[in-house]
Amino acid sequence: MSEHATSSKTQKHPYPDAKGRYGDFGGRYVPETLMPALQELEKAFETAQEDPVFQETLRHYEATYVGRPTPLFFAERFTEHLGGAKVYFKREDLAHTGAHKINNALGQVLLAKKMGKKRIIAETGAGQHGVATATAASLLGLECEVYMGTADMERQKLNVFRMRLLGTKVIPVSSGSKTLKDAINEALRDWVTNVGETHYVLGTVHGPHPYPLICREFQRIIGREARRQIMEQEGRLPDTLIACVGGGSNSIGLFFEFLEDKDVKMIGVEAGGTAIEPEKHAARFAGGSPGMLQGAMSYVLQDADGQIQATHSVSAGLDYASVGPEHAYLRAVGRISYEYAMDGEALDAFQLVSRLEGIIPALESSHALAHAVKIVPSMDPSEVVIVNMSGRGDKDVDQAARLLLPEEDWA
Amino acid sequence: MNRIVERFAQLKARNEKAFIPFLTAGDPTLAITKGLVLEFDKAGADVIELGVPFSDPLADGIVIQEAAQRALKHHVSLRHVLAMVKEIRAESEVPILLFSYYNPVLAYGVEALARDSKDAGVDGILCVDLPPEEATEYIAAFKEHDLATVFLAAPTSTAERIEIIAKCSSGFVYYVSRTGVTGEQESMESGVRGMVAKIKEHTDLPVAVGFGIAKPEQAAEVGDYADGVVVGSAIVRLIGELGDSPDTALMAGALVKSLADASKGKG
Repeated sequence: MSEHATSSKTQKHPYPDAKGRYGDFGGRYVPETLMPALQELEKAFETAQEDPVFQETLRHYEATYVGRPTPLFFAERFTEHLGGAKVYFKREDLAHTGAHKINNALGQVLLAKKMGKKRIIAETGAGQHGVATATAASLLGLECEVYMGTADMERQKLNVFRMRLLGTKVIPVSSGSKTLKDAINEALRDWVTNVGETHYVLGTVHGPHPYPLICREFQRIIGREARRQIMEQEGRLPDTLIACVGGGSNSIGLFFEFLEDKDVKMIGVEAGGTAIEPEKHAARFAGGSPGMLQGAMSYVLQDADGQIQATHSVSAGLDYASVGPEHAYLRAVGRISYEYAMDGEALDAFQLVSRLEGIIPALESSHALAHAVKIVPSMDPSEVVIVNMSGRGDKDVDQAARLLLPEEDWA
Repeated sequence: MNRIVERFAQLKARNEKAFIPFLTAGDPTLAITKGLVLEFDKAGADVIELGVPFSDPLADGIVIQEAAQRALKHHVSLRHVLAMVKEIRAESEVPILLFSYYNPVLAYGVEALARDSKDAGVDGILCVDLPPEEATEYIAAFKEHDLATVFLAAPTSTAERIEIIAKCSSGFVYYVSRTGVTGEQESMESGVRGMVAKIKEHTDLPVAVGFGIAKPEQAAEVGDYADGVVVGSAIVRLIGELGDSPDTALMAGALVKSLADASKGKG
């Protein structure tokens, strides 16, 4: 515990700078009404990072409520099947609520409580961040409302009910593409209106500064644990880390602790959808360009006029038109490479890992697994790979059943 | 002289307030928007806020969101908006302020937009999601072409922020009269008068008030202490209801006239 408490403090890192910039990316692009709230949040977060009581409380809940540390699991049959490097899974799917999202949600709701806020709002895509925020709000006794696109509500019915069960109001968003991006717009509109008493728990390393920083710091525990665990199990650092990238919080959480280890290769895997053509994917680095969406300069899927394009992915959690600014920066400096996996490849990996390891991965995590399926066979058996199993697939079984066995009746 | 600056100077000399209607360019069509701008000029508008449609208008309420969606159905872009302003300039000298989100501006190119805006006859720009801290190059680019950069002040703005906003603004300062998105409301939030006075402690620029003003009574109330009154959603809603009916320009013009008169104390 004490080791965690000390190492959890914000280590001085060159990025973001004082303006929330990661090289050319990041920043704080919001209507004036929100600027003071973001400045207040930035100060409160800095204070909390240095506050031993806050840190001790967070560690306490992480250990006794979230179930941390999550295991680092050697996927022996998956490794054998691929016939290359040894593959480990970082089991964020075993964290309470079934995904890494709880790390950030719990941290932010604790912070909101410390700031004296009475009400929590959040956006959700797949529903995992919504469930995590609803859970943290329930744990800490704060009122919570979650915005969710109606298209996402349709494909994630189970999570909608889970949030309601947790005492959260789920507000349907039917504007625009009816997915994550539109839920964020609506959450920001709510925050602009109720900014005094409300904290907006943004669910990923995107949005205006300080959100990408706050979320990264609360997710860093993934990599901190994984680093210690791989040293214990293998006695050395991994060769390659693989994680899926929607907004990019589970990936930055795993990667950040290894950034200075120049021999550790890192691969972020975006959603290739059905084709790398407009409106058929969510691979921002493959099909996007620099732009500003929802508070941060980053890579954006947009047309020539700067209008944001619709996206598609089988995985609701990766179905977003932009990506965290720190990812754009780490790609620009060549530290992390970004690939994509198609819907079909993710569904194949989803089934493969379920069969071989008895672990049903989230469709998001299945994108990272799909990339492992591509590269691991040509790696040397002496090499070690860690894939972030960012979430469990229980929420996806209904959708997967319809896609994989369309001839059967799943009504 | 910049048309916005000139208009406020003329109004001040007459001890009169500015009325600033907002409309979304391309809703329902650019041809109708052009007719509306000319009609609003005749009806007593002092500055036209021309909304550039954007796919993700996070500062707007439902009325202006839907207007942007209607305009985007036929792919109205900044290039089209500038071409329309050029046509308007053949018939009218009414000051025009572009009201945009930042991403379309970025996609166009900040310097290219400043240059082309000047060529087209635009007088200034306001980007609702671009705070002054992120706007250094943008301010320089528009300043070089003698175009006004208007920034928003809000009920939550601290004295420190009002100072920065005032320093970065030219033409006028736009005070957002409530914590919330654009839209009509029954009555004005309290404290608007006080905030306008507070902003005036930091600047000699005119201060216009918008967000939530919908009726002539409210326009008259705000016109009593602010230098300008902005009305958006009430006008955009009417345009949305009338669509491409032959009465659109006439009826929206009548609404603008009633609001302009009220703002100027002639109501």
